[in-house]
Amino acid sequence: MSGVLSSSIGRKVAMAASAFFLMFFLLQHFAINLTSIFSADAFNELSHFMGTNPAVQFALQPILIFGVVFHFVMGFVLEIRNKAARNVKYVKNNGAANASWASRNMIYSGLAILAFIVLHFIDFWFPEINHKYIAMLPEDPNRYYGELVHKFHSPVRTGAYVAAFAFLALHLLHGFKSAFQSSGMSAKRAAKLETISKIYAIGIPVGFIIIALFHHFNQ
Amino acid sequence: MKLTLKIWRQKDANDKGQMVDYKINDVSPDMSFLEMLDVLNEQIINEGGEPVAFDHDCREGICGMCSLFINGEAHGPDRGITTCQLHMRKFKDGDTIYIEPFRAKAFPVIKDLVVDRSAFDRIQHQGGFISVNTSGNTQDANSLPISKHAADEAMDAATCIGCGACVATCKNSSAMLFVGAKVSQYALLPQGQVEAADRVRNMVAQMDAEGFGNCTNTGACEVECPKGISLDNIARMNREFFKANI
Repeated sequence: MSGVLSSSIGRKVAMAASAFFLMFFLLQHFAINLTSIFSADAFNELSHFMGTNPAVQFALQPILIFGVVFHFVMGFVLEIRNKAARNVKYVKNNGAANASWASRNMIYSGLAILAFIVLHFIDFWFPEINHKYIAMLPEDPNRYYGELVHKFHSPVRTGAYVAAFAFLALHLLHGFKSAFQSSGMSAKRAAKLETISKIYAIGIPVGFIIIALFHHFNQ
Repeated sequence: MKLTLKIWRQKDANDKGQMVDYKINDVSPDMSFLEMLDVLNEQIINEGGEPVAFDHDCREGICGMCSLFINGEAHGPDRGITTCQLHMRKFKDGDTIYIEPFRAKAFPVIKDLVVDRSAFDRIQHQGGFISVNTSGNTQDANSLPISKHAADEAMDAATCIGCGACVATCKNSSAMLFVGAKVSQYALLPQGQVEAADRVRNMVAQMDAEGFGNCTNTGACEVECPKGISLDNIARMNREFFKANI
């Protein structure tokens, strides 16, 4: 691992690999959350499966946590190294002339997402871990929908989630295509991904925003 | 045209350097940017000052010597050109123009606007060539069929003049467009494929050792490149690097 990560291209590809994994996870997370709009029972059933299945809990969950931590740590490492590669800044630098805001500010959209993940863990993950593994409370397969709806009662929390999803869209607008290019996909083929990239980068966060607003206003 | 120029002045590599303001009158819109700097230097010399040092050579957009970061962009606001091909008609009377050297830790300033781009030479020395004995017994070029597509792509990559605009404009000071072009121009041709693995490994290692940053695919390099070198070359370098290390 350290051998691969010692080269600039190795670090770039590792960043892309963790991005692919996180984007796949995001898609399945969205698919499960979407069911909460249509059927409380379906959402409860899927959440209960994800929350109690040993393969999900003890194999996929640690991999996911590793993927999240790796992506953030590598993002910070790359940002620090890249800043160090220009020790004297330009007095005037017109970055907007040749690259999008999203592509130039991945660290800031990433930091906003990191802040959101902390909030999300406090809201859902820590209580879940406490329920199952610390307090050892009896399992109720029908508790998930109620917990979800309860969290979106607060307009402040709902607003924070909406803002975080907007930053997620900005991050994905560059990140989706970038992951393919880093993996060696030619720019011509990557250009064909433009539509899929925009559908994913805007569609998933907007979908999450709709879910949050639906539960906020539907109580 | 009357212009205000804000130019980076730095006595030598150890000097801290600073922006200095100059007023220049009677600039013709037909002058090239470098000719305007020539006129400025005559003015400075006549006033007993030290002329502004800047790189230039062919003044035909071929050699890649002229650098300059003008109003926040490598080679100025125009596209597909070097600074010597930038004309003053692109500016307006009364404009203030910022002129800075290409900035990167791997491109240290030697004096004023002149930077040391020998890091590119050292990368080239690690494999930016083909070790073929071409003295005598030269084969007919057509004995090795090469597809038109591959030949065109190799030629496009080979048009890189190593000016360093990609590094200067990249927010990460990455040299991957330059190295990608040099790797690609040989990787696409059968003569270059023989040494492809060593080439990409060694050139990437040298690129990293020189202190260039990591590419984050913003695409700014492709936009500012005077020769329109495509991002495809970076993707190809990544693929070549994979192949060489598997």
